Amino acid sequence: MAMFELTGVRKSFERTEVLKGVDLDIADGEFISLVGPSGCGKSTLLRIIAGLEDQTDGSVRIGGDVVDGIRPADRNLAMVFQSYALYPHLTVFNNIAVPLRMRRLSALQRLPLVRWLVPGTRSAECGIHADVEKVAELLGMRDLLHRKPAQLSGGQRQRVAVGRAIVREPRGFLLDEPLSNLDAKLRVHMRTEIAQLHRRLAATFIYVTHDQAEAMTMSDRIAVMMDGNIIQIGSPDDVYDDPQDLRVAEFIGSPKINILEGATVGEDRALVLAGHRIPISVSEQAGRSISVGIRPEAMRLASSEGALVSGRLAHKENLGAEVLLHVDVDGQSAPVIVRLDHGGARSIRIGEMIDLTFAMEDLRLFDKAGRRVGAKAAQKELAYG
Amino acid sequence: MADVAIATTLSQETAEPARRGRPRLLAKLRRPLAALTLLLPAMTLMTLLLIGPVVAVLAMSLTDYQLGAPSWSFVGFDNYLELYGDRVFWTSLLNTLVYVAIVVPASMALGLGIALLIESGTSLRAFYRSIFFIPVMATLIAMAISWEYMLHPQFGLINLTLKSLGLPAQAWLTNPELALPTIAAIGVWQLFGFNMVLFLAGLVSIPPHLYEAAVMDGARSAWSRFWLVTWPMLGPVTMFVAIISAIRSFQVFDTVHVLTKGGPSKATEVLLYSMYSEGFEFFRSGHAAAIAVVFLAFVLLLTILKVRVIEKKVHYA
Amino acid sequence: MSTARGISLWGLLRHVLLLIAAAIVLLPFVWMIVTSLKPQSEIFLSEIRWWPERLHAVENYTKAFDRAPLMRFLLNGAIVTVTIFMLQVLIALPAAYALAKLRFWGREAVFALVLFCILIPPQATAIPVFLLFHHLGILDTYAALIVPFTISAFGIFLMRQFFMTVPDDLVDAARMDGISEIGIVWRVMLPTALPALTAFGIFSIVAHWNDYFWPLIAVNSKELFTPPVGVATFRNEEAGTDYGPLMAAATIIIAPLIIAFLLAQRRFIEGITFTGMK
Ligand SMILES: Nc1ncnc2c1ncn2[C@@H]1O[C@H](COP(=O)(O)OP(=O)(O)O)[C@@H](O)[C@H]1O
Ligand SMILES: [Mg+2]
Repeated sequence: MAMFELTGVRKSFERTEVLKGVDLDIADGEFISLVGPSGCGKSTLLRIIAGLEDQTDGSVRIGGDVVDGIRPADRNLAMVFQSYALYPHLTVFNNIAVPLRMRRLSALQRLPLVRWLVPGTRSAECGIHADVEKVAELLGMRDLLHRKPAQLSGGQRQRVAVGRAIVREPRGFLLDEPLSNLDAKLRVHMRTEIAQLHRRLAATFIYVTHDQAEAMTMSDRIAVMMDGNIIQIGSPDDVYDDPQDLRVAEFIGSPKINILEGATVGEDRALVLAGHRIPISVSEQAGRSISVGIRPEAMRLASSEGALVSGRLAHKENLGAEVLLHVDVDGQSAPVIVRLDHGGARSIRIGEMIDLTFAMEDLRLFDKAGRRVGAKAAQKELAYG
Repeated sequence: MADVAIATTLSQETAEPARRGRPRLLAKLRRPLAALTLLLPAMTLMTLLLIGPVVAVLAMSLTDYQLGAPSWSFVGFDNYLELYGDRVFWTSLLNTLVYVAIVVPASMALGLGIALLIESGTSLRAFYRSIFFIPVMATLIAMAISWEYMLHPQFGLINLTLKSLGLPAQAWLTNPELALPTIAAIGVWQLFGFNMVLFLAGLVSIPPHLYEAAVMDGARSAWSRFWLVTWPMLGPVTMFVAIISAIRSFQVFDTVHVLTKGGPSKATEVLLYSMYSEGFEFFRSGHAAAIAVVFLAFVLLLTILKVRVIEKKVHYA
Repeated sequence: MSTARGISLWGLLRHVLLLIAAAIVLLPFVWMIVTSLKPQSEIFLSEIRWWPERLHAVENYTKAFDRAPLMRFLLNGAIVTVTIFMLQVLIALPAAYALAKLRFWGREAVFALVLFCILIPPQATAIPVFLLFHHLGILDTYAALIVPFTISAFGIFLMRQFFMTVPDDLVDAARMDGISEIGIVWRVMLPTALPALTAFGIFSIVAHWNDYFWPLIAVNSKELFTPPVGVATFRNEEAGTDYGPLMAAATIIIAPLIIAFLLAQRRFIEGITFTGMK
């Protein structure tokens, strides 16, 4: 059974509709990323799941129960915020202990001084102490417990925020861009840590990010959001290899997918691209313009007679293990990016003409509205794209 | 049997939307309810102790209400007409304005002067700042009593000093010509430290490179740099200080009540003192309310002016 | 060479000017304290005597304490100012939190009302408040001294401005942790707002310790007098021109604030100017 079930969730702030009917099922123990450009409504969706925001329409079920109207704290979810949101006046220990104290102690037991007169406070505090220590051990921050947040580095604060989330063993974790305030190196490291933590806890993680690389590296599934809609959900490989929408294709993958302007011609609706007729049949009427997506690594250098696209080398980016060629192609607004293995283009100089080719099955075709369009090899009835 | 079965299916069907409906309504109401609970005490007291009384004072100014009188009636603008024809009221308004006209420029000039002196060096800044701030927070009533003794015509420190310098002694608080300026001088003494701190804050926020630029542009003397950089940069602060000082001086009461009781021959009768004596000594509440309304109008006018100035400052910032 | 000397010469002149000004400004305090040490015979002298020949401090101060319940005045001052401040915080903080962090219908209107209330000078509403208290029968009680100031529109405004700078995430984190809205006010907002609250506290306590207008109207019994009304009455009724004990009483009345000020000058100056700019 799905752990989280969102059906038709809508949200409007005043007149602007931020979420436009989101459906999403998340399985127990899954690591799912909500990824999309900033402003597309990811945080809003996460906050609705958390109960921090009320949806305008639609429903949210957690573990089978409708949770509308249930307070955030009673949903038994934990959240890690981009800014970490640590209590500045409390030590690391007390920061992590807050959710436990709020749950295990009565209001009287939380009052300063008076609390020690109430029976049971001491034993409850002992339990809390042990649990906080355990979490600190797990995250390797035992020696930080008595510091205040202001005395911690960004990475350490991030760890405390995670600690505060895991200490009460919630049903699910909601993470809202938890790594985007860290420097690049630490961010890459923390990706691994969070993925490992997910495996160790075997809990459900909903991870919001605008960084597709984070989503790709950590998730079981990725939900790509644009303008208040989830436009594709699938495994990282699915979303990368089989984008159902031009925006998904463009958002996922770095460097970005090449989009070339082509058109369908003739009775057999063949594809014309940069002056070449590509021998496939597009399932779209003739005379339509088609956006042709080709990943940079699908581009190959070719001899001049086998060329499908030709252009002038404008720039070479040497990244060590690989090299990126920027090729200006006539009639295309953006340069075509070609990704080659180390040393793959040593002999080519800037300004020279180069010829490129690609396999038919690496083409991803989209119509004018950005929807995926199917295609068949002209003779062999094989489905591509 | 069949009926029971139908009944149970019915109740199940109705139960489902109801279970959904109620939490949704609760969820919708939870936030506004929380806000209401948090705001309720403040809103109640604000209505009871601030808004209500302002409305009441406006209403009372249109009546002949007197505390203890058996009845009262609505008299329209009679109280205001009476004020209009009352020489004492005009004296009191004029005295208040004169007081403001002395205290505002004098306390600003002193405040700015001392602030500039303090900022012109680096040593003992905090020390001087604290010394000049002491009168701002010392209990004015206690200090008025000290001033009274210092102003004593025969044995006061000030007249003794004047005499030793060969100058004539003055009846500071009993001479109708001198009483108001004397009260104003105490007002300046009390207020200028406050203005000084505001000016200090303004001076610190002037970027130092502007002074360097002024020197490069040939402003050699400190005097020319003051007029080229300091004064224009302090413009908004100066306006702000002027209005705050005006609002504060407009509320002059303590010194008058302790030292002169409005005398001699109404020379120090000020607006709040008139309101106090009408309202709480003669209990002519309606009449006093009219004075309170005049007082309120002046203060609101000054405040609106202040808001304008702040808005302007935001524009330029 | 010459500039260096110019600077040090100016530095010297600066100190001379400032010290003269400081001496003049402090004169009322100095003279008050010196007079409180003098016997009557040395007070009514036709010459300036900076230090008494015969120290009469004990007599003057004893007399002041004997003839007026000065300790009572001070105690009243403490009770009234501290209670006012505590109630102001208790009432203003939740409102400030709601205005800063909760979204609800009518929030802008409520805030506009708060802004309007800041503009109302307390003297302008004294007559109706006095009549209200008269009808409630609470004139001449501690309540009469305290209640009118329990609501501080300025306090609400100030704390709201401060709360606006507290990140929303912190509030949401507290909600996730299970802290109620009112709990957030006291457990999260209050601790983070301590600097602003201290400034407001100093402002509030100084203002109400020194207030003369309202206590003069609100109470009649000597047992309820606050320090300013107490010392003014002492002067009118008891001391008259007996300046020694009178100056002793005045010194005692201003001492608590001056001592507190000398202990925490920077906080006081920040508090009073920062909040006094309303
Ligand atoms: N409280 C709010 N009031 C009004 N608009 C909001 C509010 N919160 C978010 N929005 C708007 O909703 C849109 C989506 O915001 P958000 O969910 O934070 O996007 P993301 O997390 O994907 O960057 C944005 O355009 C934002 O301006
Ligand atoms: Mg976001």
